Amino acid sequence: MHRNVLCAVALAAATPLGHAQESLPQVREELKKLQEQVKELEGRVKDAEDTATQAAAQAAVRPQTASALNPGVSVILNGVYANLSKDPTTYRINGFVATMGDVAPPTRGFSLGESELGFAANIDHNFRGTLIASVSPDNDTIGVEEGYIQTLALPRGFTIKAGRFFSAIGYQNQIHAHAWDFTDAPLAMRVFLGGQLNEDGVQFRWVAPTELYWDLGTELGRGRAFPASLSDSGKNGAGSLNFFTHIGGDVGDSISWQTGLSHLRTNPSNRTFDDPTASVTNSFTGTSRLWALSGILKWAPNGNSTHNNLKLQGEYFHRNEDGTLVFDSPGAAVPNGYNSQQSGWYVQGVYQFVPMWRAGYRYDQVDSGSAAIDTPASFPSLAGYKPKKHTLMVDWSPSEFSRIRLQFARDYSRMNEPDNQIFLQYIVSLGAHGAHTF
Amino acid sequence: MKTAFKLLLSSVAMALAAPAVAALNVFACEPEWAALAQELGGDKVAVFSATSAQQDPHRIEARPSLISRMRNADLLICSGSELEVGWLPLLFTQGGNDRVQPGSSGYIEASQYVVKLEVPRVIDRSLGDIHPGGNPHVHLDPRNIAKVGQVITARLEQIDARNADTYRARAENFNKRWDAAVEKWRQQAQPLKGMAIVVYHKDMSYFINWAGLREAGSLEPKPGIPPTPTHLAELVEQMKRTPAKAVVYSPYNNPGAAQFLSQRTSIPVVPLPFTVGGTPKAKDLFGLFDDTIERLLAAAK
Repeated sequence: MHRNVLCAVALAAATPLGHAQESLPQVREELKKLQEQVKELEGRVKDAEDTATQAAAQAAVRPQTASALNPGVSVILNGVYANLSKDPTTYRINGFVATMGDVAPPTRGFSLGESELGFAANIDHNFRGTLIASVSPDNDTIGVEEGYIQTLALPRGFTIKAGRFFSAIGYQNQIHAHAWDFTDAPLAMRVFLGGQLNEDGVQFRWVAPTELYWDLGTELGRGRAFPASLSDSGKNGAGSLNFFTHIGGDVGDSISWQTGLSHLRTNPSNRTFDDPTASVTNSFTGTSRLWALSGILKWAPNGNSTHNNLKLQGEYFHRNEDGTLVFDSPGAAVPNGYNSQQSGWYVQGVYQFVPMWRAGYRYDQVDSGSAAIDTPASFPSLAGYKPKKHTLMVDWSPSEFSRIRLQFARDYSRMNEPDNQIFLQYIVSLGAHGAHTF
Repeated sequence: MKTAFKLLLSSVAMALAAPAVAALNVFACEPEWAALAQELGGDKVAVFSATSAQQDPHRIEARPSLISRMRNADLLICSGSELEVGWLPLLFTQGGNDRVQPGSSGYIEASQYVVKLEVPRVIDRSLGDIHPGGNPHVHLDPRNIAKVGQVITARLEQIDARNADTYRARAENFNKRWDAAVEKWRQQAQPLKGMAIVVYHKDMSYFINWAGLREAGSLEPKPGIPPTPTHLAELVEQMKRTPAKAVVYSPYNNPGAAQFLSQRTSIPVVPLPFTVGGTPKAKDLFGLFDDTIERLLAAAK
């Protein structure tokens, strides 16, 4: 207020007395103008003061401690209630070599799923590090699902990943189970990848400089898990070799897609498996070649997936195994010539019909073919069969960080013994905000 | 199989045929930064916006087309403050591009160059999807556009030194036009001072702060949580006691909740452009503010 007065006084003082009478209206007008200017200036000063106060407040809340550099930590918790018409301990997929992986449904009743602990941060300007550990609820073990470093500073579309990581074979294998659209893995992943394949090794990847997405890559692994040997191969070189390529893009604003092709070669040596029907342990030595073709299409009106969206996904696998199958390898050890051509596929669709609610259906089918075995009677579980499965699910995600899912399935994995499965599951994530892979 | 192979072959051909690109590739996470880069870069830049006004920048996936654009980017401009936390980190690791990694000269996080609002004192997910660094939707304060514009010009000059003179001249021209426009908007927005509005998401805060509006409530019960019937019922009661002048929402929001509130309180619904491309009039940054102010003035009467 007193600034206005000061201005008026200054103005009055500056006006020569002689002219005062004749130009009074003019003076008034100028005074008015000046008052307006002062008012505006005051407004600006206030804005500046507000800004300064906010800046000071922000500076004060910035973390000052060393913990500001801690890696992003996230925890995934999940639990499931299972109602199964067949005992899960007798689970098998007829026609296929048991993978000795984690493929059976969870135990009947309530159970805590594997809890996941994730740490990720940029190591320096060259590398980023990620560790994802899984804590098993029953046998008190901590396993490393993924633990790798990857390059940030390579130019021209190249990236290198080293450590343990989910292999880029097919599509869903690279996605953590908590981000799957169904409670369990498709049958094809169970028989060809032992559930989910994580390999110790190095991945080289190159993204082409094209507008259409195109990548090429290869993975050299130790061959630590199915379909390679389950025990140490003792080789200095790569025990598994994977080649992959993906193409992807958008169609208009509403559709995006990706398709991929990959080929995994391993040379399993004495890969053992328990035959649940004959109660013996057998083993396989030879070559295993797996092809995987995948396709994903996502639709959301104008690319805005908040209200409605649709996701279609499908994968096709084909495997050829050629070598020697040893019956009762720890005991009698009878060798058998073995050659199989096996395939399997699934398609699934998941639709978000209102915000937070999604429903989905998946159809699974795998075909064991009829393997050429010298004495097929020794391997009753490998008799030709076409397991299939129908799965329906509906889930509710009240926020980005929690999901509750109800799933029904009719599973024909066991020959002539369909299993009706009901799962009620929760999956939540705590801590650092995860990123969404396509 | 055959078609996949053909696709593969054709993309090899495309890769080999890709011309030596003359213009600087700018990857903007949001349309407002794309528009600003276009103003400042003119024909020296080829600008790509990762999102449109119809998309919620919180909820985007690192889809293949974004990875390939990221791979070829020379300059990246994003709002930051964790707005893109769900997808941008994957583009950094998948894109294989060292020029735009955080910390390099090709990386601009716009919100780091302005004073942020609503920096939370308490950080807990029970409060919704809050951003520890403060509200990331900084572009709706026109003064922030000018600040970020300065940063962009400096980087353009640094990365593409050959055209530095052009960038400087364009910046001068833009700043002159922008300052005049901000002054005009300041005058126009005078009647909006103190006007109470209900927002959908807390994405209007910088405009509210600049124009002196008052936020009377939000349709989302908590940031990032879609409107619930209970919360809307509470809002209806609140609006009956102390009515706001308008219920606003952005193009990527579902208008349902805003209409629900409007029908029960007869407070008008005002769709706002939010960013460039959000309404037919918001063709560029000037149009964005022109249209936002115009629509609010119409409701303020």
